[in-house]
Amino acid sequence: MPISLKVNGVERTLECDTRVSLLDALRDHLDLPGTKKGCDHGQCGACTILVNGRRINSCLTLAVMHEGDEITTIEGLGGPEDLSPMQRDFVSCDGYQCGYCTPGQIMSATGMLAEARDGMPSHVSESLIGKANLSDAEIAERMSGNLCRCSAYPFIREAIARNTEQSQ
Amino acid sequence: MREFDYVRADSLDHAAAQAGPHAALIAGGTNLLDLMKLQVMVPERVIDISRLDGLDTIEADGPGLRIGAMVRNADLAADPRIRADYPVLARALLAGASGQIRNKASTGGNLLQRTRCPYFYDTAMACNKRAPGSGCAAEGGASRMLAILGTSKDCRAAHPSDMAVALRALEARVAIRAPNGTERILEMDQLYRLPGDRPDLETELDEGDIITAVLLPAPALGSSQSYRKIRDRASYAFALVSVAAVVTMQDDRIGKASLAFGGLAPRPWKDAQVDAMLAGQAPSEALFSKAADTLLAEAVSDAGNEFKRHLAHRAMIAVLREATGLAPASTGTDLVGEPA
Repeated sequence: MPISLKVNGVERTLECDTRVSLLDALRDHLDLPGTKKGCDHGQCGACTILVNGRRINSCLTLAVMHEGDEITTIEGLGGPEDLSPMQRDFVSCDGYQCGYCTPGQIMSATGMLAEARDGMPSHVSESLIGKANLSDAEIAERMSGNLCRCSAYPFIREAIARNTEQSQ
Repeated sequence: MREFDYVRADSLDHAAAQAGPHAALIAGGTNLLDLMKLQVMVPERVIDISRLDGLDTIEADGPGLRIGAMVRNADLAADPRIRADYPVLARALLAGASGQIRNKASTGGNLLQRTRCPYFYDTAMACNKRAPGSGCAAEGGASRMLAILGTSKDCRAAHPSDMAVALRALEARVAIRAPNGTERILEMDQLYRLPGDRPDLETELDEGDIITAVLLPAPALGSSQSYRKIRDRASYAFALVSVAAVVTMQDDRIGKASLAFGGLAPRPWKDAQVDAMLAGQAPSEALFSKAADTLLAEAVSDAGNEFKRHLAHRAMIAVLREATGLAPASTGTDLVGEPA
């Protein structure tokens, strides 16, 4: 089926089988391999991207379901010469070891901070009313959909904490 | 994944007309696509209802709320009315899945998600739910995630939803649109079938029926609401046992208690006898323990999930202690505004 997407601000069209996940469409049809395929079942978060500004697992959705949607991948967040603040802090905090989960971690963290700014509570929030203070425990809970098999979690959380409103 | 035709529905009529024995609706897709990749589900036609107008809003419905079936789990948990007036629902949603999944998964899809029984997921194993009549490989198998209430010899799969457990405690109902456009409203225990000898038939939905909304009754003002989930990881794991409670006190006695349980049964589990034992009584650990005995009186467990009896017993007592004021409220227990 023909599909039109707006990927990282650019209109893209592709023709693919109905079975193609949004993840495979990005990697194999649109030549954007920054988004990683880990488990391909929504368990690891390596494929996290933003669709219309919200973080999702790109492996658990079909490309054909996203006609006209705005997609942001790690390539759209920033490149080596113009890193986003989250990318910069992952580098400065050593928020990775092998790096395979890193694009997903950064996209997820970027989406998560937007959720927190909008007042989204979490499972560990004491109160459901008002904005949560993004403590270490809050960041860990909100990022539980992203696994890091190198277990770089403390530095990942530190990188994210540098981007929370309290620390800016 | 097997090949399928993709149909983007432009109306509920269109979606219903495309239904059939080999068709599946897709909303968020987070469970369906997982199962399609494993060929546990192999629909020949996938009908996309995710862009239909009017299904993604939360609206006043008399004194209650009407939650559109396409409202995403994250949006439902974040809605100010849900957080203030139905906190047990917000808590249950936030205890489920991950941030990414909650942004995609829908209200209707959450209700209709399939069990995570490992034998249902493994197409090399016998499973009466996946392949009726093939047997149940779970018998004598790994039962940690399996049910202990409401099961049959043919199926011991547990319903995996957290959201549905909170909805059951809130006495929510489900609006279903028939292919001819008429709407019927079911209690949740009417929606979900118990497995019996047909575990493949999970709900009372007929071909072409579409869940369009979940209906919440008026807020239980003055109630204490709690969702407690016990799982093998601190986050992003299915419940071993979960308890949802909506408790209203009258002076020093329990006016009304509505409890529901997850991880224990093929559907979000409510036992009217348990609620009735608590109503009108002064809260005490002895009372709670007796009610928990009643809840579990007919449990069927094996060595692999025997622990669920004890876990459910203790979790229920712990939740009731907080909800009735015997113990201070911890995270997960919230008060709903006092009656006007």
